[in-house]
Amino acid sequence: MSYKAALRVWRGDAGAGELADYQVEVNEGEVVLDVLHRLQATQASDLAIRWNCKAGKCGSCSMEINGRPRLACMTRMSVFTPEETLTITPMRTFPVIRDLVTDVSFNYAKAREIPSFTPDPSVKPGEFRMQQVDVNRSQEFRKCIECFLCQNTCHVIRDHTENEHAFAGPRFLMRVAELEMHPADTADRREIAQDDFGLGYCNITKCCTEVCPEHIKITDNALIPMKERVVGRKYDPLVWLGDKIGRRTHKDTPKVPGKP
Amino acid sequence: MSENDRYSYDVVVVGAGGSGLRAAIEARLNGKKTAIISKSLFGKAHTVMAEGGCAAAMGNVNPNDNWQVHYRDTMRGGKFLNNWRMAELHAKEAPDRVWELEAWGAVFDRTKDGKISQRNFGGHEYPRLAHVGDRTGLEMIRSLQQKVVAMQQADAVEFGDPEAMIKVFAETTITDLMVEEGRIAGAFGYFRDTGRFVLFEAPAVVLATGGIGKTYKVTSNSWEYTGDGHALALRAGAKLLNMEFVQLHPTGMVWPPSVRGLLVTESVRGDGGVLRNSEGKRFMFDYVPDVFRAQYAETEEEADRWYDDPDHNRRPPELLPRDEVARSINSEVKAGRGSPHGGIFLDIASRRPADYILQRLPSMYHQFKELADVDITKEPMEIGPTCHYVMGGVEVDPDTGAASVPGLFAVGEVSGGMHGSNRLGGNSLSDLLVFGRRSGLGAAEYVSALPESDRPSVSEAALDAAAAVAVAPLERAEGENPYAIHGELQVIMNDLVGLIRRESEMKTALVELDKLRAREAQVSAPGGRAYNPGWHLALDLRNMLVVAECVAQAALERQESRGGHTRDDYPGMSPEWRKINLICSATAQGTVSLTRQPNPPMRTDLLELFDVSELKKYMTEEELAGLPGADAAEEKH
Repeated sequence: MSYKAALRVWRGDAGAGELADYQVEVNEGEVVLDVLHRLQATQASDLAIRWNCKAGKCGSCSMEINGRPRLACMTRMSVFTPEETLTITPMRTFPVIRDLVTDVSFNYAKAREIPSFTPDPSVKPGEFRMQQVDVNRSQEFRKCIECFLCQNTCHVIRDHTENEHAFAGPRFLMRVAELEMHPADTADRREIAQDDFGLGYCNITKCCTEVCPEHIKITDNALIPMKERVVGRKYDPLVWLGDKIGRRTHKDTPKVPGKP
Repeated sequence: MSENDRYSYDVVVVGAGGSGLRAAIEARLNGKKTAIISKSLFGKAHTVMAEGGCAAAMGNVNPNDNWQVHYRDTMRGGKFLNNWRMAELHAKEAPDRVWELEAWGAVFDRTKDGKISQRNFGGHEYPRLAHVGDRTGLEMIRSLQQKVVAMQQADAVEFGDPEAMIKVFAETTITDLMVEEGRIAGAFGYFRDTGRFVLFEAPAVVLATGGIGKTYKVTSNSWEYTGDGHALALRAGAKLLNMEFVQLHPTGMVWPPSVRGLLVTESVRGDGGVLRNSEGKRFMFDYVPDVFRAQYAETEEEADRWYDDPDHNRRPPELLPRDEVARSINSEVKAGRGSPHGGIFLDIASRRPADYILQRLPSMYHQFKELADVDITKEPMEIGPTCHYVMGGVEVDPDTGAASVPGLFAVGEVSGGMHGSNRLGGNSLSDLLVFGRRSGLGAAEYVSALPESDRPSVSEAALDAAAAVAVAPLERAEGENPYAIHGELQVIMNDLVGLIRRESEMKTALVELDKLRAREAQVSAPGGRAYNPGWHLALDLRNMLVVAECVAQAALERQESRGGHTRDDYPGMSPEWRKINLICSATAQGTVSLTRQPNPPMRTDLLELFDVSELKKYMTEEELAGLPGADAAEEKH
């Protein structure tokens, strides 16, 4: 069942790089990460790969395999024919550190701008009461393993680095949705979702949903409902009237300032 | 050393899994400037792989549960070798830690009345594990990660810099602790991305580095589990406790070969799954040991009734502690009743409806579907034992997590004692939270008690020595391939110091480990400093080899079978050996020395939580003398 696969692996750093050709043995049942590990152990000991669990649970081994953003540990070699050449490149949206490893710090910076979970301070630990049906939606979003494949694939930043400051990307718009739908959260992030995190840039092409290894329905269940909530907030006549006559104090939670 | 990046902190936490993050949060809450050193990216640590849940006697599902019951289960699971004080603190404090996590944003599965749901697990008398489907570890690490972020947001407002008081150093590895005059002075390591060296000066270091699974070939552990903290502690002068106890989780995947060892959660059995051999027989009924006979069902009918009526029926034997189940599977396979790929069958498909399986075990469904083409709602899984957890670890003070070296603390899997000879499923996540908080507090209090003028400083000589060791593999133009040595180490440990152990094999292992150590001294890592995995592995090898030596030495010494240590040549459990802890320490020559140390006797009020007839199965007559009821129990027999 073993065969030699032809691999073209991107080697290089922030300065320059190129695709390097390798022939690597493949055995039954293996995934792309197994083959990259064999390459590392036998031919290229310094090949930089980021990986942890090799079980699809940590979201570290994100890369592009034949141009498609995927987890190397969950991509079985059997989806390719033995004759096929596999082209393996780092995630394109993020700056390369070395070989297949990219600098994903953009994501951690965005995470820090979202106002955190804000429960009612009068509810003490142990006193939370929530029905399963009410937490299902937040739980779906919390399945996210932060592989950042959605961030990598979203054309708003993939093709336009200039949007990075204005757009948080699907993962973090989903985080906003998760908190907004949390039954015990009291903050209101609708205005900043639009104004600071760039929800309006999303034109629901569903590319993020397509690449999500956890099969989270990011567009349908997080982004579209979030857009509806934002619109509801913005055009609610009562809110408008309350703002106009000064009876409604501004309740939207501001974005958290980043590092100056 | 101009290329050194130097940072100064009050508390440095090495490791960013559940225990490290909880420790760091506590240190920061106590006003200490805290660094979190993460070998991987933030939020990727091995805790994400924990599936089943977090054990805490909240009594949400069965109101009869309380800390005493949890304590008893934990001691039984560990075959009474546990540090009783740790088991006591753990059972008492776990519920508060879970509720606190919920207030920080964790979203657990719910009961009908809106409380945190709890599920059954091996060795736990009542449904006790707070859970989120079968991805509880991910929920826990994400909640702690987001709590760190929330604290940074508050610091951004207060100090104008989110990283003023708590900062995460992602993809940073510590290679040596800095010890000056017998006290902790800091930690030395490198940044993976650039390969630059870094020095953290700090009077307190909390080790939260997890386990040692990568010394074994078949393991459920991720690449980070190279025993770093165990080795760092040993080299710094601390002691390792009972390293012979290595848990083989009974259910790892066995096919295809590339995923051999990958974890299949115990929740499959907690939620109704059963183990069958190639003849279709539920064989676990044949393997209930005497010490557990009173608590486990004897017929399939009683076992099946238990899921709905646990008050009037005994538990299914599939839910025995992990060590028992792993050994039983091994025996069935050896007797020729295994599955086609050398495991046995785990069947939930014939026992529960498909939608129930999808709701309760979504990641297991996903894992088998995508990696093995098996639909677990339609067919049984093939599973077998896999190296999962090390019960042994740094010897610590139960209340504060302090190791014997002043300023050094250890928590979670890298610490020893809490789980005795075998850990119950679900007791790890709760361990991380309970002792994470305690060690963070312990480190903060240690720093507070230290006058500013008395802070140890790192000597240039120590720094140069650490840098020389770290750079050596890069400077050897030719030498041994680190990947090859690692592969050989894994085979030695798997085959010679694995589930069933024999004196002759362990002696062979020690000889082989000696040879590997000599080769490791000549290991070479071609390439540059920046993100060079060959170099990283070369440095991790040093840790794995010393840890493997500790496991093999302690396993050879302990002439009995107990929990995660099974001797073919000493199959019985010995009350005399229960009184003994095995301690590893480093000699001046860098080798490992092993000594025996008495296991501290349990406090009387805790002893009295057990029936004397049960204690008699574990303890010597002498230990039981004077205990109320000891004589009566004598008469009954």
